[in-house]
Amino acid sequence: MTGQILAASILTCPAPHTASDRVLLGHGSGGKMGAALLRDHFLPYLSNPALDALGDAAVVPIEDSQIAISTDTFVVSPLEFPGGNIGSLAVHGTLNDVAMMGARPLYLSAGFVLEEGLELEVLDRIVRAMGAAAAAAGVPLVTGDTKVVERGKADGMFINTTGVGLLDPGFRPAPHRAEPGDVVLVSGPLGRHGMAIMAVREGIAFETRIESDSASLGPLVERLGKTLAGDVHVLRDPTRGGLASALNEIAAASGAGIELDEAAIAVPADVSAACDMLGLDPLYVANEGVLTAIVPAGACDAALASLRSHPLGAAAACVGRVVREHAGLVVLRTSIGGTRIVDLLPGDQLPRIC
Amino acid sequence: MKYLSEYRDPSVARGLITRIRELATRRWVLMEVCGGQTHTIVRQGLDELLDDSVEMIHGPGCPVCVTPLEQIDKALRLAADPSVIFTSFGDMLRVPGSECDLLQVRARGGEVRVVYSPLDALELAIRNPSKQVVFFAVGFETTAPANAMAVWRARQLGVRNFSVLVSHVTVPPAMIAILSAPDNRVQGFLAAGHVCAVMGWTEYEPIAARYRVPIVVTGFEPVDIVEGIYLAVRQLEEGRHEVENQYVRSVRREGTGPAKSLVAEVFQLVNRQWRGIGEIPGSGLGLREEFADFDAEYRFGLGTLQVNEPAECRAGDVLRGRLKPHECAAFGCRCTPEHPLGAPMVSSEGACAAYYNYGRFRHTQRMGV
Repeated sequence: MTGQILAASILTCPAPHTASDRVLLGHGSGGKMGAALLRDHFLPYLSNPALDALGDAAVVPIEDSQIAISTDTFVVSPLEFPGGNIGSLAVHGTLNDVAMMGARPLYLSAGFVLEEGLELEVLDRIVRAMGAAAAAAGVPLVTGDTKVVERGKADGMFINTTGVGLLDPGFRPAPHRAEPGDVVLVSGPLGRHGMAIMAVREGIAFETRIESDSASLGPLVERLGKTLAGDVHVLRDPTRGGLASALNEIAAASGAGIELDEAAIAVPADVSAACDMLGLDPLYVANEGVLTAIVPAGACDAALASLRSHPLGAAAACVGRVVREHAGLVVLRTSIGGTRIVDLLPGDQLPRIC
Repeated sequence: MKYLSEYRDPSVARGLITRIRELATRRWVLMEVCGGQTHTIVRQGLDELLDDSVEMIHGPGCPVCVTPLEQIDKALRLAADPSVIFTSFGDMLRVPGSECDLLQVRARGGEVRVVYSPLDALELAIRNPSKQVVFFAVGFETTAPANAMAVWRARQLGVRNFSVLVSHVTVPPAMIAILSAPDNRVQGFLAAGHVCAVMGWTEYEPIAARYRVPIVVTGFEPVDIVEGIYLAVRQLEEGRHEVENQYVRSVRREGTGPAKSLVAEVFQLVNRQWRGIGEIPGSGLGLREEFADFDAEYRFGLGTLQVNEPAECRAGDVLRGRLKPHECAAFGCRCTPEHPLGAPMVSSEGACAAYYNYGRFRHTQRMGV
């Protein structure tokens, strides 16, 4: 670091020291770098009220209705992994983003970027899985687009999906609605999707095969909506960046603190062992079939019962609460009784040396 | 999971914490050597729970943190070379060099890959004969055997396009440097369990005797750490200063013979710079003459680089235990994990990162902020 940069950064504290002039992989991690990219390089040019809300999906009026629209691009490698493939993931991911607004997903679109040389057999398996996932959710894929790029310009294939859903005015969960006195629920065990991908991608063989949890969360949201409606203050699917990042966003949006109870958070033994081996924290590992719901403490039992009435939510549990203290921060009470901050990570988790 | 879950049992840990509190007649100052232990301590809030009986000083045992800036700059130069595939453990990628870090070199087109084992880097060399594959061989005695094995295998297989950029360090000389400093406050050590699993603990016996400090070979799970602290405090209260082994499920006095011989065959003791601390004589491992062909510094003629540490970074004081991370003026403000001034803020084992990620809330509360 040169003295000049150092001096400049002291004057502009807490401005970055070594801001990169290029896009880094960490910008795509869902951590602080991703948030900064959005803030500094997208919002200044694209700002409007619906976008600026930065929800999982945008909410826009069309005549007398409120519509939720969400788009997501899937670049997962490998294309096929235990528990799913990029096709089923592209359907589940977007449907879930729409569902987290409390909306009922109605239609899907898909855009495909295919790399020259992709085996048609693989393409068939992926599109078949998309069709099956959409049919299971009862949401038709009504329009699409295909582009082919030269070999080496895409990693097999990329898929973009957009979902449109109809909002129910009485059921409007949003991150800013978390308030002290609420409890934090999680619908299932954490970390399966991220570690399933990691195991395949890095060629790491664990004793058991970890399967992705990729699934449509629509049925869980529907149950919560029916039982609690307006009492569901927040819904979030903790995908990239894991539960830790999702709760940090909720704490920041609501201005409340969140306290987690380590002992109540379920991490499957195989995921936990894989995380230990690689030096990763399961709280930051991606999920694709888990939701977190924030509801008033008085509605906790009813919410848990409704989640547990569906197989996807069988292991639903209350893992923490929203508090007045440490506003904007997520703090974990460890099993032993200590406390620690669960912060947003700067970029991707990096596997450690030993 | 056998040999793991019982060492995470909260009730056992809490019981030991109560016993430490009952035993301690004064507040003892202990140093955990290894960065992995620092993280367990801060992650679990053990320092907070033991605050009235024990002050934990976080030692220099984070391999990423003590890798000298000059070696990082050499790594950056190699990674930017179009003929090179540069391979490294994950946490070296964000460590700032003089100008940038490995992630930024990668964004500019350098081929930088994370590997989980140096043998994976060797495999990569075999699969890419037209490229030079360099592995960044950093770490303490823990990673030395695997790194030695990769070099040994490369020579055996005649892999000419594989080399290592070595920045290995060893624990005992660092402990001696800490103990012989005039302002040393450390009264006992938790020695690093994984290092001792390789090396055993015979090297620590003369240190315990000469400096009259208890040294407890300790594991990494919460119960391990609390038990290690308990054994050290018990020795201090009884006026003993011995090497004791808490990590009995992994460590024997003599260590692991084959791993030690492989390390001795490939590496020799050299003087080594520690980032933020300076040179400690005989504290590093370098490749022996017979393996010099696999030394990236020779192969690429890197020579010596002139480097300047960021003036504001007090990593040296943190690594020597003279300064707690949150007491540094730059902590959490001009130095954060996104934009670190020094390595202890980068590594998942770095003391500054541990405080920032897990303990910031407690320390800002205590400071009344």
